Order: sequence, then structure tokens, then C-alpha cells
Amino acid sequence: MMDFELNEDQQQIKRTIREFAEAEIKPHVTEWDESQHFPIELLPQFAELGIMGVLFPEQYGGAGLGYIEYSTIIEELARVDPSVALSIAAHNSLCAGHIFVGGSEEQKQKYLVPLARGEHLGAWGLTEPSSGSDASSMRTTGARSDGGWVINGSKNFITNASFAGTTVSLAITDRTAGTHGISAFIIERGTKGFSISKKENKLGMRASDTASLSFDDCFISDANLIGEAGQGFIQAMKVLDGGRISIAALAVGTAQGAYEAAIKYAKERHQFGRPIAEFQAIQFKLADMATQIDAARLLTLRAATLKNQGKNTTRESSMAKLYASEVAVRAAEECVQIHGGYGYIKDYPAEKFWRDSKLCTIGEGTSEVQRVVIARQILRS
Amino acid sequence: MKICVCLKQVPKKDSILRIAQDQKWIDERDISYEMSEADAYALEEALRQKEAHGGEVIVISMGPERTRQSIKEALAKGADRAIHLDDPIFEQATDAAGIGRAIAAALKDEGCDLIMTGLQSDDHGFGQVGLIIAERLGMSSATIVMEVQIETGSVRVKRELESGWFQWVRVPTPAVLTIQSGINQLRYATLKGIMSAKKKELREVKAADLNLTADDLKPLQSIERAYVPEKSKQTEFIEGKPAEIAARLVEKLRFDARVF
Ligand SMILES: Cc1cc2nc3c(=O)[nH]c(=O)nc-3n(C[C@H](O)[C@H](O)[C@H](O)COP(=O)(O)OP(=O)(O)OC[C@H]3O[C@@H](n4cnc5c(N)ncnc54)[C@H](O)[C@@H]3O)c2cc1C
Repeated sequence: MMDFELNEDQQQIKRTIREFAEAEIKPHVTEWDESQHFPIELLPQFAELGIMGVLFPEQYGGAGLGYIEYSTIIEELARVDPSVALSIAAHNSLCAGHIFVGGSEEQKQKYLVPLARGEHLGAWGLTEPSSGSDASSMRTTGARSDGGWVINGSKNFITNASFAGTTVSLAITDRTAGTHGISAFIIERGTKGFSISKKENKLGMRASDTASLSFDDCFISDANLIGEAGQGFIQAMKVLDGGRISIAALAVGTAQGAYEAAIKYAKERHQFGRPIAEFQAIQFKLADMATQIDAARLLTLRAATLKNQGKNTTRESSMAKLYASEVAVRAAEECVQIHGGYGYIKDYPAEKFWRDSKLCTIGEGTSEVQRVVIARQILRS
Repeated sequence: MKICVCLKQVPKKDSILRIAQDQKWIDERDISYEMSEADAYALEEALRQKEAHGGEVIVISMGPERTRQSIKEALAKGADRAIHLDDPIFEQATDAAGIGRAIAAALKDEGCDLIMTGLQSDDHGFGQVGLIIAERLGMSSATIVMEVQIETGSVRVKRELESGWFQWVRVPTPAVLTIQSGINQLRYATLKGIMSAKKKELREVKAADLNLTADDLKPLQSIERAYVPEKSKQTEFIEGKPAEIAARLVEKLRFDARVF
């Protein structure tokens, strides 16, 4: 049986997050974008709502919900401000998600609980200046030392880095072992030899913080190694299977926000004596947007459902992420087009959706990489 | 402290309203509903009083199946249990007398210290249900309440009067308070609250449970015609000396046009 409706609780969650986003986020969207301000001041409210640990069981301070609820929350945040959604997604899926996937009970109590309770923000570092899509070519190293590891190297494009109280980062601990020689570490803010630098000045997602991590003979004790040495990369791929669902949801929300702005404007704007929504050329754009957004949402919720069932979702997560992110870019572009000249002006939300949407085809694996992943999956059998 | 909050579900504020075929009310198809605004403030006030003084918050709502959504929202925000008056017979009660009678009957044995309602609902705007409940249950009452201070055996409330005037009054409990919008900051339901709401008691009450029949709830007041406000234009010339004209004009602007 297939049920395409959110259940009562999920609908209540959707309404609540929408209400919250419209009241607490929407009035500031333009200002935060202009000034590249990440609204860290909202953290206590995010925490109170429970959205800093959506997926984790209550014993770890989380809300104990599944991927449908999580996707719904990210979508509703992105509908109003994609960059806030990005920061929340990176915190939940990547940083806290990695500790949940691979961490010991002790690490979960010490790090996951405060993250899930929203006592501080989390960041996750995989990408490096010379290693992006080819993540296993990373250069950051962790050398064995008495009771721990000495990390050297740097990570860039790391979401939430400047504000994070807890950062999970990957480093090579055995150069001879390939992807089985990469390990994941938990790093606390203020650890000696660990610093944050270079806040990026971005095209879009400007209210989301993106900065670099530097490790300079940074000692991390064994207690902060996630799982065993050499498991980091495998854990990371698992983390990304879930993470990509959240980026798909983020893309759906971005597209939805752009679509709603486009519909509103098309009904209001008159040319040639009637609303532009009465021109077939505009109607067809709106019809395509609506159809593609529905398709993207269904792919996302399918991946979410399978993930909830504990199935491997590598293919489905990538399909959802690929399709939804391309839909987001297209919908945002059409939103600009429907707004005409006003779409190019910052007084209207169109151009921001367009700028923000582009991250979706890049972050957590580019569209090309998603196709590589999907092709590998479908050609295997 | 046992506080009961009366909630009404009304069409959402941004709904596109159309007059129904029979011209007695709006067309209810394709409309989304929400908790009436002043009721949301009443709920918030009740939750705050409970947090400060302990006790229980009960919500009661009369309405069809869809009303459950607003009841669940109230439970998700922190109410302890709910009573839903859900019966086709209750649909008879379309005026304040019928609604007040049914709710009073349902609350008769609850022994509430306080009953809070919104000042008026966003749809009918009768502003009477709270007072009728108070009369029926023999409780004291205060309307347009802006602030609530709980004392032993009484409650001190700040009431809004006209033109920016206020009044503090002490009302013996049990009492009904009708709450003004905007008196506190509404909370959001939390994910935890939403998930725990389904474990809370939601009691469905039928008219027969209250020994009420359709006859008992027959409205004493009915809507003759619902229509979109009609535009009209009237011109009036004010004659007299300039000073008289000015005085008369100010009076007209203040009391008829109400522009200041
Ligand atoms: C705002 C923002 C936030 C981010 N947040 C994080 C974060 O929190 N943590 C983190 O670790 N990273 C983060 N990233 C990094 C992001 O995941 C990478 O930018 C992304 O994976 C692409 O890597 P790259 O930029 O090095 O591009 P490259 O890998 O250099 O790719 C350049 C181009 O080559 C294409 N390409 C590469 N390999 C192939 C191939 N095999 N086949 C076909 N085409 C190929 C790519 O698709 C792309 O078009 C973030 C990036 C941004 C912009």
C-alpha cells in the first residue's frame, strides 16, 4: 500500500515549523543575506523546538523522529530561508549524524547529547582545498602519538565552522590503506592547534556560515576517535546517504519557496491589461514547476521512507538529491524570469532563491558525482 | 489551580472567503482552519499560570471532526487533556446561547477554578460565550482581560476599557475570564510536545452525555444574510460658520468615519 499523505503528527510538525519560520526567520532574511549574518541568536529557540536533534532517540537528547519528519522540517525552513536550513541540516545529518552512526556510548553521551539538545552547534569537515569530489584524496593527516593522534592539515568550505562547539573531521591515519586508512575525530572548540579561519564570501546561502579549519600539530586523544582507526571514510559515506536526503529536502523547500513567490507575483503583476498569470507562457512555467516539485518531493520522501526502514538508500538518496537540486535551480530561475526585471532586484525574493538554489547541485556531492553514484548502483546488478 | 480554556476553530486568517450558496455563511469547502486568535492567547495565559502556580490545563472545543487539529495543537503546546464536543446535534448550536449552554453543561462537574476564553472569536465575534458560561455555572466573570494575577480565593485582573484606559478588578474564583489578544507571547508547539500529545486524554462528548437535545440548543439568534460589504457613497454638506463647520467636521471624522 502506498500512502502519499503526511500523517496527523507530521502535518502538525509541518505547520509548526512553517509558522515558526514565517514569524521568526522571514522578517530577517534579506538583512541576514546582505550582511552574511548567521542567526546564532535563534539557537535557543531551535533547541526548544527540538530541531537540533530530530533523528536521535530521546536518550541522546533528540526528538526521536524519522526521516519523513526531518525532511519536512528542512523543507519548511528552506521554503523561507535555504541558508538556515543548510546550517540545521549540516548540524543534524553530518556532525551529530556521524557521532550517532559511529560513536561509542561514551562519545554519544558527551557530544551527541549536547548537540541534539542544541546547547551548541556542530560542524563536519571532509572537503579540503585540493580534495572535493575525490574526497579520499585528502591530505590532512593524523599521526599516531602517545594515547592519541596528532592532526595536521586543513579543511575548507565547512558549514557552521565558526560557531561550532563540536566539529567532526576526517584525516588520513594510514596512507597505505586507501579509503580504509581514513579516520574520523571529534574536535572540541578551543582545542590547542585547532583554529578556524577564512569565512567565505559566498554567492548564496550567505546566512549560513562557511569557513576553513586548520590543524597545526593538534593533539586529539584516542577517546575522540570515532569507531576504530580506518573506519572514517566508510562512516562518512553512510553519513552522506542520510545527508543527501536532507539536501534533497532543502532543494524541495527552496523550489517550493520560489514557486510560491512566482505564483503570487504572476497573479499580481498586470501587463497588456491582465495578470501575467493569464498568459499561457507563464502558466506553463508554473505547471512545470509544480509538477517537478511534486516529483522531487516524492523522490525525497521515498528515500526517507526506505531510510526509516533501515534499508540501504545509496541509490535513492542520490536520485532524490540529484533531481531535487536540479529542480530547485530550474524553479528558482523561472521564478526570476516570471518576475521580469523585478526578479533581478533584491526587493523581491526571487534572486535570492536563485543564488541559494545553486548550492544544492554542489554541496554533499555535485550533480555529476550523484550521477556517478547512481550509475555505479544501477550497473552493478 | 484547574484552568479550562475554551477553544474555537475558525477559518484561517489568509483564507479566500466566498459567500455560500444560501447566503447565510461562507462556503466552507477548500478552507483551512486554525485556532481563533484570542483563544490562542487564552491558552497561552492558562499555560503560563499553570507553570507559575501548578495545576492542570484542560481545553474544551465544540466543533466537527476537523476541530481535533486545533485541540491536538493545544495539547502539543502543553495542555494536559481535552474535551471535544463532537456530535451532529451540537451543530444546531450556532449562536452564543447554544454554544454557551453546551460548554457549561460539559464543564459543570469539572470544578474549574478558572475558565478562560478568547475575548471574541475571529469568525462570529459574538463575544458572549464566556459570559453565558459564567452565568450558567454561577461563576463570576471579567471581560477583555489583559493581565491575570492569581490570589487565594480570587483573581486580580487588568481589564481594557475604552481609549487606552484600563481597570484593575478583583474577582472571586471560580471565575470566567475573556482574554484579549496580544497579552503575552505565544509559544510554538515543540517536536516533543507534538509527539506526546497523542498520549494525552482527548475525551469525546456527545449531546446525549450532557442530556441535551437538538431542541435545547436551538438558536435564539440567526444570521439573515452574509454578504461582502457593499460600497456606497454619501455626500453631506455641513453648513454654518467656519468654526461650527470645523467642530462638526471633527465630530463626524471622529465618531462616524472613526479616522482618529
Ligand atoms: C556553501 C558550501 C557549504 C559546504 N559545506 C561543507 C561541509 O559542511 N563539509 C564538507 O566537508 N564540505 C562542505 N562543502 C564542500 C562541498 O561538498 C564540495 O564543494 C563539493 O563536494 C565539490 O567539491 P569541490 O568544490 O572540490 O569541486 P571539485 O570536486 O573540484 O569539482 C569541480 C567540478 O568537477 C566535477 N567533477 C569532479 N569529479 C568528477 C567526476 N569523477 N566525474 C565528473 N565530474 C567530476 C564536479 O562535478 C564539478 O563540476 C560545502 C561547499 C559549499 C559551497
